[in-house]
Amino acid sequence: MEQNRKELDRRGFLKKFGIGAAAVSAASLYGCAGKKSVGGADNSPEIGEVPKDQMTYRSFPGLGGDKASILGYGCMRWPVIPNPDGEGEIIDQEQVNRLVDYAIEHGVNFFDCAPVYVRGQSEKATGIALKRHPRESYYISTKLSNMSNSSRENSIRMYKKSLENFQTDYIDYYLLHNLGRGGMERVRERFFDNGVLDFLLEERKAGRIRHLGWSFHGSKELFDEMLSMHEKYHWDFVLIQMNYLDWKIPKGSKISAEYMYEELSKRGIPIMIMEPLLGGRLAKLPDHIVTRLKEKEPQRSVASWAFRFAGSHPGVLTVLSGMTYMEHLQDNIRSFSPLKPLDEGEKEFLYETARLINQYPTIPCNDCKYCMPCPYGLDIPAILLHYNKCLNEGNISMSSQDENYAKARRAYLVGYDRSVPKLRQASHCVGCKECIEHCPQEIDIPRELLKIDRYVEKLKRGTL
Amino acid sequence: MLRKIRLALACVFFTIITLLFLDFTGTLHAWFGWMAKIQFLPALLALNFGVIIALVLLTLLFGRIYCSVICPLGVMQDVIAWFGKKSKKNRYSYSPAKSLLRYVVLALFVVATVAGIGSVTALLAPYSSFGRIANNLFAPIWQAGNNLLAYFAERADSYMFYSTEVWIKSVPVFVIAAVTFIIIAILAWRGGRTYCNTICPVGTVLGFLAKYSWFKPVIDKSKCGGCTLCEKNCKAACINVAERSIDYSRCVACGDCIGKCRKGAISFTHPAKAEKREAEVVGASDNLKADAGRRAFLAATAVVAGTSILKAQEDKVDGGLAAIEDKKVPKRTTPIVPPGAVGLRNLTQHCTGCQLCVSVCPNGVLRPSSDLMRLMQPESSYERGYCRPECTKCSDVCPAGAIKPISVEDKSSTQIGHAVWVKENCIVVSDGVSCGNCARHCPVGAIKMVNIDPQDKKSLRIPVVNEERCIGCGACENLCPSRPFSAIYVEGHEVHKTI
Repeated sequence: MEQNRKELDRRGFLKKFGIGAAAVSAASLYGCAGKKSVGGADNSPEIGEVPKDQMTYRSFPGLGGDKASILGYGCMRWPVIPNPDGEGEIIDQEQVNRLVDYAIEHGVNFFDCAPVYVRGQSEKATGIALKRHPRESYYISTKLSNMSNSSRENSIRMYKKSLENFQTDYIDYYLLHNLGRGGMERVRERFFDNGVLDFLLEERKAGRIRHLGWSFHGSKELFDEMLSMHEKYHWDFVLIQMNYLDWKIPKGSKISAEYMYEELSKRGIPIMIMEPLLGGRLAKLPDHIVTRLKEKEPQRSVASWAFRFAGSHPGVLTVLSGMTYMEHLQDNIRSFSPLKPLDEGEKEFLYETARLINQYPTIPCNDCKYCMPCPYGLDIPAILLHYNKCLNEGNISMSSQDENYAKARRAYLVGYDRSVPKLRQASHCVGCKECIEHCPQEIDIPRELLKIDRYVEKLKRGTL
Repeated sequence: MLRKIRLALACVFFTIITLLFLDFTGTLHAWFGWMAKIQFLPALLALNFGVIIALVLLTLLFGRIYCSVICPLGVMQDVIAWFGKKSKKNRYSYSPAKSLLRYVVLALFVVATVAGIGSVTALLAPYSSFGRIANNLFAPIWQAGNNLLAYFAERADSYMFYSTEVWIKSVPVFVIAAVTFIIIAILAWRGGRTYCNTICPVGTVLGFLAKYSWFKPVIDKSKCGGCTLCEKNCKAACINVAERSIDYSRCVACGDCIGKCRKGAISFTHPAKAEKREAEVVGASDNLKADAGRRAFLAATAVVAGTSILKAQEDKVDGGLAAIEDKKVPKRTTPIVPPGAVGLRNLTQHCTGCQLCVSVCPNGVLRPSSDLMRLMQPESSYERGYCRPECTKCSDVCPAGAIKPISVEDKSSTQIGHAVWVKENCIVVSDGVSCGNCARHCPVGAIKMVNIDPQDKKSLRIPVVNEERCIGCGACENLCPSRPFSAIYVEGHEVHKTI
């Protein structure tokens, strides 16, 4: 009652002075009155100011004094703009600087890159942005992407180029990039037989590489074999794909993230996480699953579940996320400032969610663009993502008798032309299979494209 | 009152016919396609006797109402003349009929049409001229507006509008349309219906009939004070106040004079017997401005093909898009015309070159021909798309019987050409990769993939065409990865056949 009267008085007061819509200032006023009414400027982790000094950090005995922020910045998805001097697209350096500054200001100190990212422009752009901060205030992680040319000369050149791009004389975390396709044989070709690994071990000894590890996309056999060499080479860390979808249910010939995590933890090897969100796929979920997650945590984003899942495992050094937009960065900072680990019940809830997601036939494309450029000019990720988008939005029809067929057909076809230029659509796939070996998710891309093409053809002809 | 009814009807006809050329979604044709089909020349060429008889009767009853209401080119001239009149009032005056010129043009037109010189027919026919102008000049503006809406719709996550491709389908035809428009606009601005009463063959034919029409504007000599107000406002320049006579072969029954006369001396009625008098003086020595202008630019047209090349980069790094070179038109021995055209001869004989089919083709297949004999008549090519199996739009809209109505089922069994494989261009041969995109997309299964080396069952496979099953739709040509020239292209057939 007392409080009520006070409020009424305030209202009368505001009215008198004609400040009807002073929501923001009113928030603080009400705050004084002891009633929780927030105008958007509260300091809870979910809303209001993005916390600056709450970031969770991880350290491991094997990594010296390193204290890595649990949120690592993945530099594979920097924003791009059309090249003002003509062809293609270039990284929006101004925006990258802004994102990097913001990340560092809010406690992010881990930046993961690779020479091939963003059409080879990522390292340099990241280097430019980071150079504006003291070198000891962040960790650089980059990789040896000698997939297309694995000669010793080219590999060493690539490594030196990375140092040059980052304008530094040491790299904190260096990885053998993308072990998987081609199995152990390919790994031997790329790193062992040509002496590249020996060279890198020397560099580690010399301190120019502080920690050496590898990123993994392969089979159980390869994983086990790589781990069996731990005694000999001492892997400082390993980068694996991990999220609540891959945790228990392996895709294709893959192994479950759970197995990898357990094996690495057993040996005390710190784990870096990639694809915690599957390239946004775990943020863009079908409506009924979004509802399910939101019901539990109405104020947290859908994505936050995936990040908290990855971070909740103590063996994890850092969770990499390729944040293109400021709002993604802010949301992820919130999720980890500080990390509120999931309890067992919440984990179980996510495994059940994963089961529901897996019933949904989305194509597991994470938009990493490793498959690109397609020699025949197709925009593969755009085609697959448009299909997923329509699937998630309920715009894939089973037959022309479906209730929303007309609407779904229009959404698919009009949206298709918008997302993918006609010349880059699935109908132009010749089935050369060049893309398959590049896909870390082991998607049979030509098959999926053919499937989509047939579907589109049926929609166009009205023969579904 | 008569004038108001005429104006209202003319507005309705003009707007809808123009929209027929602008509407690329095809919705309007379902309702108002008949408006194109009652156009005089197309109906004549389609041997649509019902329409012809109706139009003849209409003219015998009311005079050249057709020219004032139904003909979009005529109404377009009225619109321009209306602006002309705003700049200067009472700007017209009587001029004698240029009958010789009219009959020569008509004769030329008839001969050309019978002889199958489609380009002449298309140049002179009024409806075709309008179609060209609408298709080449108005449609791009309409589409640009649509694309703007589509741009906003996309941002609003709405599927209400989708963007379409704006492109010049044929440079010569674009130039012809632009020049036609400029000439007609100048003539209309300065002299009202000059074009209709000197060049237009339909105007000449209907004018001949209109002389004998039952109702016509008649000057009551007893009331007329000779002020010439009617003469100065007659866009057909056919009122001779000095002689108190009207040249009915040129009168388009617009009714402007009736309202202008302050004495009420002009009425739209059946003329008294006494009025029957002719005042036809032949003035032969007149400049052939309009005609000469057309011929001049015809001689001076050149084809410029612009290519835009999509860009990408070549190092193997992640992301980026490979360059896609634009396709070029292959040299075809026989041109391809769409299913329903029956054959080249039927199309040439019936087509008035109005561009309606070109306007509605959703696949970027049809474009006006640049060939001198068939100038402006449609032909197919598959650089931007192919003749999709579910589409029969061109056959639905053609008012002239040049592309006859065809069902989707009949279309899929009508052979308009056949595919030819060009070994040198095929990426299976030149790059040693597997492909088969042509075979995958052939809607009739006319392409089979066979081993390059018949002995080696594991060798790469190349396409072979079963010419008997091929219908010439161009899916293979359009989707062939080889650029700028496809490794498989369609050769047209002179006469279409059912397979």
